Amino acid sequence: MNWLFRYANPHEFMRLSGAVLPFTVIGTALCLLAGLYLGFSAPPDYQQGRTVLLLFIHVPAATMAEMAYGAIAVCSLLSLVWRHPLSDIAARAAAPLGALFTALGLITGSLWGKPMWGTYWVWDARLTSFLLLLFLYLGYMALWNAIEDEIRAARAAAILALVGVVNIPIIKFSVEWWNTLHQGESIVSGKLAPVFLAPLLLLMAAYGFLFASLWMVRIRTAILERRARTLMQQGVP
Amino acid sequence: MNFDMGSYGAFIWPAYGISAVALIAVTFWSIAAWRRAKAKLSRLEKK
Repeated sequence: MNWLFRYANPHEFMRLSGAVLPFTVIGTALCLLAGLYLGFSAPPDYQQGRTVLLLFIHVPAATMAEMAYGAIAVCSLLSLVWRHPLSDIAARAAAPLGALFTALGLITGSLWGKPMWGTYWVWDARLTSFLLLLFLYLGYMALWNAIEDEIRAARAAAILALVGVVNIPIIKFSVEWWNTLHQGESIVSGKLAPVFLAPLLLLMAAYGFLFASLWMVRIRTAILERRARTLMQQGVP
Repeated sequence: MNFDMGSYGAFIWPAYGISAVALIAVTFWSIAAWRRAKAKLSRLEKK
């Protein structure tokens, strides 16, 4: 764990994230351009036609929504067990991003569902558990804002995040455990043709780099805000 | 690149539009917050 605490130190984090950020920003731009180019060049799917284009933005958004929650859960665990202040900052900084990706996953998914399933929404296990993820994010953010004492807010929010993490495997495996309208996984199982797989993976990478970039910027912002608060408490007007 | 979506355009373009607007907005918002925090801290540190 020592390596983690070395980089979890706010000063080290500022240095390291400052060095990494240019690369994640360039990664976002390159993967986005290449993914969009290949995506719009891909032929229509024999069943879905051109709505396959929706999957190139739906799957990345939904994947990042779950990964951001996973990141919050890991940070929450670090915060509860080791009481490291940076892990609270990191968890809190990821939440609005995760909520946004969840909303985008829901919106792009329902815009795909209407032409393909004939409905924008159905209460199947995948869609319902994913909607629950949005509510978990909103509840998590509300809890942070509801408790004034930052240490207590961090503990309560961390406990909520860890309780809610049970929803992540439910989302993931819902398409296997229940008979859902939502189709099963098709990336790892190799069911996706390379002409669709390449733009999808590139856009997933783009969304991943974007999340990493924004998360780091938001953590850096929170560190500066905390320094400013400390200075003000020390009597600097 | 082929931008002809046929009858599916009414679903594909809004999805791409909303995603683009949302992701661009959160990027600008995050950068603006960073600049604000940086300016405030340097103001405090000068005093």
